[in-house]
Amino acid sequence: MQVKQYETIFILTPVLSEAQVTEVAEKFKQVLKENSAELLHEESMGLRQLAYPIQKKGTGHYFLLEYTVGATNAVDVLELAFRRDERVLRFLTVALDKHAVVYNERRRKGEFNKVAAPAEEAA
Amino acid sequence: MRTPERNNRTQNADGKKPDQRKKYCRFKKSGIKYIDYKNGDYLLKFLNEQGRILPRRLTGTSLKYQRKLAQAVARARHLAILPYVADALK
Repeated sequence: MQVKQYETIFILTPVLSEAQVTEVAEKFKQVLKENSAELLHEESMGLRQLAYPIQKKGTGHYFLLEYTVGATNAVDVLELAFRRDERVLRFLTVALDKHAVVYNERRRKGEFNKVAAPAEEAA
Repeated sequence: MRTPERNNRTQNADGKKPDQRKKYCRFKKSGIKYIDYKNGDYLLKFLNEQGRILPRRLTGTSLKYQRKLAQAVARARHLAILPYVADALK
């Protein structure tokens, strides 16, 4: 089967500390690994203001994962894990087309300093 | 009927048309192929004060990119990067 590239953003509840955020992110990265998805990029976009309240929270920790999936149903498993975890306020998985792949590579290299805080990219 | 007033939309008092500049699709012009839904500040350019998407007839965006734009805005709204409804955006 064709290898497809995806990106997933999820928003974690602001109650968590930075250490807990990395721990939760680690858990989801593990889910991907177990389903033989290859992680290309991860990025903590930090604690951000929400445009409208979700579950009565005004802020949330944004986290971005980029990965490729072969024949497995890694996306389904990952999304199920999101639904079961009440620390996740919101998530979105997008299949990337060829333009998006090019764009994300450029963004990763920091060619345009548009999104996110580069300081937290080190994680 | 308000026909006399409606003339004001195309003609000023001195008889000149208000804006003769040709509209263009800014995505085509600057070679943007992918509209990033994560970049809320950029998407803001295509929204009005209430957070609604501006029509093509005002922005000049081509149909192809208006569809992609709408998709990007929808995703941004889901992730609370943009509001679904707003009073005084910008």
